Amino acid sequence: MAATGFGDSGADLELDGIRKTFPGFTAIEELDLVIPAGSFFALLGPSGCGKTTTLRLVAGLEEPTAGRILIGGKDVTAVKPHKRPVNTVFQSYALFPHMSILDNVAFGLKRRKVADAVSRAHEALALVELDHVASRRPSQLSGGQQQRVALARAVVNRPALLLLDEPLGALDLKLRRQMQLELKAIQSEVGLTFLHVTHDQEEAMTMADTVAVMNRGRIEQLGSPQDLYELPKTGFVAAFLGQSNLLPATVVSTGGGLVTARTAGGIVSVPEERAVATSGEITVGVRPEKLTLSGAEPQLGSTHNVLGPGRIVDASFTGASTQYIVDMPGIGPITVFEQNMVFGAVYSAGAEVWVSWRIDHGFGLDAEAKAEAADADESELDAPAADDADGEAA
Amino acid sequence: MAIAALVPASGQATGGAGAKRRGGWIAAVLLLPGLLYLALFFIVPFVSLLLTSFGINDPEEYGAFYYGFEWQNYVDVIVEYWPQFLRSFWYALLATVFALLISYPIAYFIGVRIRERKMLRNLLLVLVIAPFFISFLLRTLAWKQILSDEGPVVGALQFLGFMGPQDHITGTGFAVVFGLTYNFIPFMTLPLFTSLDRLDKRLIEAGGDLYASPAQTFLRVTFPLSIPGVISGTLLTFIPAAGDYVNASQSFLGGPGTAMIGNVIQSKFLITVNYPQAAALSILLMAVILVFVSFYIRRSGTEDLL
Repeated sequence: MAATGFGDSGADLELDGIRKTFPGFTAIEELDLVIPAGSFFALLGPSGCGKTTTLRLVAGLEEPTAGRILIGGKDVTAVKPHKRPVNTVFQSYALFPHMSILDNVAFGLKRRKVADAVSRAHEALALVELDHVASRRPSQLSGGQQQRVALARAVVNRPALLLLDEPLGALDLKLRRQMQLELKAIQSEVGLTFLHVTHDQEEAMTMADTVAVMNRGRIEQLGSPQDLYELPKTGFVAAFLGQSNLLPATVVSTGGGLVTARTAGGIVSVPEERAVATSGEITVGVRPEKLTLSGAEPQLGSTHNVLGPGRIVDASFTGASTQYIVDMPGIGPITVFEQNMVFGAVYSAGAEVWVSWRIDHGFGLDAEAKAEAADADESELDAPAADDADGEAA
Repeated sequence: MAIAALVPASGQATGGAGAKRRGGWIAAVLLLPGLLYLALFFIVPFVSLLLTSFGINDPEEYGAFYYGFEWQNYVDVIVEYWPQFLRSFWYALLATVFALLISYPIAYFIGVRIRERKMLRNLLLVLVIAPFFISFLLRTLAWKQILSDEGPVVGALQFLGFMGPQDHITGTGFAVVFGLTYNFIPFMTLPLFTSLDRLDKRLIEAGGDLYASPAQTFLRVTFPLSIPGVISGTLLTFIPAAGDYVNASQSFLGGPGTAMIGNVIQSKFLITVNYPQAAALSILLMAVILVFVSFYIRRSGTEDLL
């Protein structure tokens, strides 16, 4: 009965016009999403953005207020959680404390009356290199081991869709890196569809084929990690995924594939196809590592934007690169990452510098981008504390 | 008397051992009131009861006895009162099972289903404890009124033809088990609630996520995790219910054929004043319960949970 849609490959997930309201607040405004079979999809966003709620809707732990959920083309909106071909790796692992590790992993198989449940459970434990602790209780394992058991317990069922709810949140950095690689290896090995929910942008970018950035119950932008990073479409994405310099500007001319705009610190251009808005008030954005500092006004011609002179107010050495903060008259602070091609910082605080970048490295956003970016920075700051609240509310 | 010399000595010995284990005289001072209390109100009465149970009735004077070593007291009470013993444990067992069946859903509802609704939860918890605001005896008497031959329940059942004009509810085993169940429900509900309140709801979600139907999740996840509450609840119900003498008394819900061992002990102590036999019955009851309980805990494999 429950065995619909199980197999050795993943299935498509389709969310169609999903809306979810709780008494007092709206978790998901409107969500349309198609995740193709076999892909590793990450929902990235700050706490309270609706990503955990989305996951719980797919798992069947919450019911959508409106909309449909389809797995492998079948409408499962009204299907009970235990009949959905979906497994979840919970944020808290949720291992059964009264059962051995082996019984935990075999639990799903036994419920589905799979004949060789025990040997399959051993195989799954071997996959996460924990078969030697099969007879122990969850409380006797470290956090990282518990996490791998939780993963084995879900993967062993060969669900059409595997849901990961910030599964690496509780691990330390080193273990986290290791688990990220393991997860990715398991995903490509078993070919399941993974839906990974996280607030860690680095984790989302290193693991997922496709990332959807969520904010305030909506998907802001969806695409490959590289597309999202190099060409953000909103101020929120520009600031939540890495760092961005955002310069408010007024368009003065459009033509030749370029949008040229006046900022308080000078004229800059962005390619028209990299701009969301091409008239009136816009925001010109550029990533800090795309910027070049020069001690004298550079003569670069029409392929580059040049701003300056400004003054270095801070230079901090971060190993591979140095992070400079340049105070640009009329614009304010601009962040520049320069690779350390020589030993130490090239410019010291107080030095007069020009900032330049290739026009086709910039991107154009709408006028509200700067305000949205502030929103992203704020949510990133209170992410750890509000994280628990998100879990509780959901 | 011999008892007087014996008891303080044993009390001191216990105190000394405790102090050495904890190390330091502060611990000894802190333990002292409790140890004194136990010595005075548990060990002294227990030794006294044990000595009495081997006593010999004075044929000259009604109610008087000598200390001695009369094993026959035990043989006599077992031969004479084994039906009441059996009945006590049977009634206590029934009451425990019924109380568990009634309390579990209540505790589950309060502890799991409405965990987030603090106001409602507190209100329901107060309602569970509310009966304690009225004396146990008064509540049992109230039930006697309700279930009496002139009361509404019998009247309604007779009207509907479920009971004949000669049938009663009070004075039957049913009424006694009913009373025991009713009186011990809070003792069952509270430990169950404590246990279920600690249950991580995400484990229930994990059960559903791993293809267990709600019923299977209950059997394999929720119930096993609430076993500590089930054990303490059943013990808190079974032990006092087996020794109860109020519900089965003829002044309350019982009748001539429902006497439990508590009623026998009560009448031996207070009516026929046969102290040695009363004491022998009490010691036997204690011993049997002790054996039952240790067997029960051993079998459920939860020594570490208590």
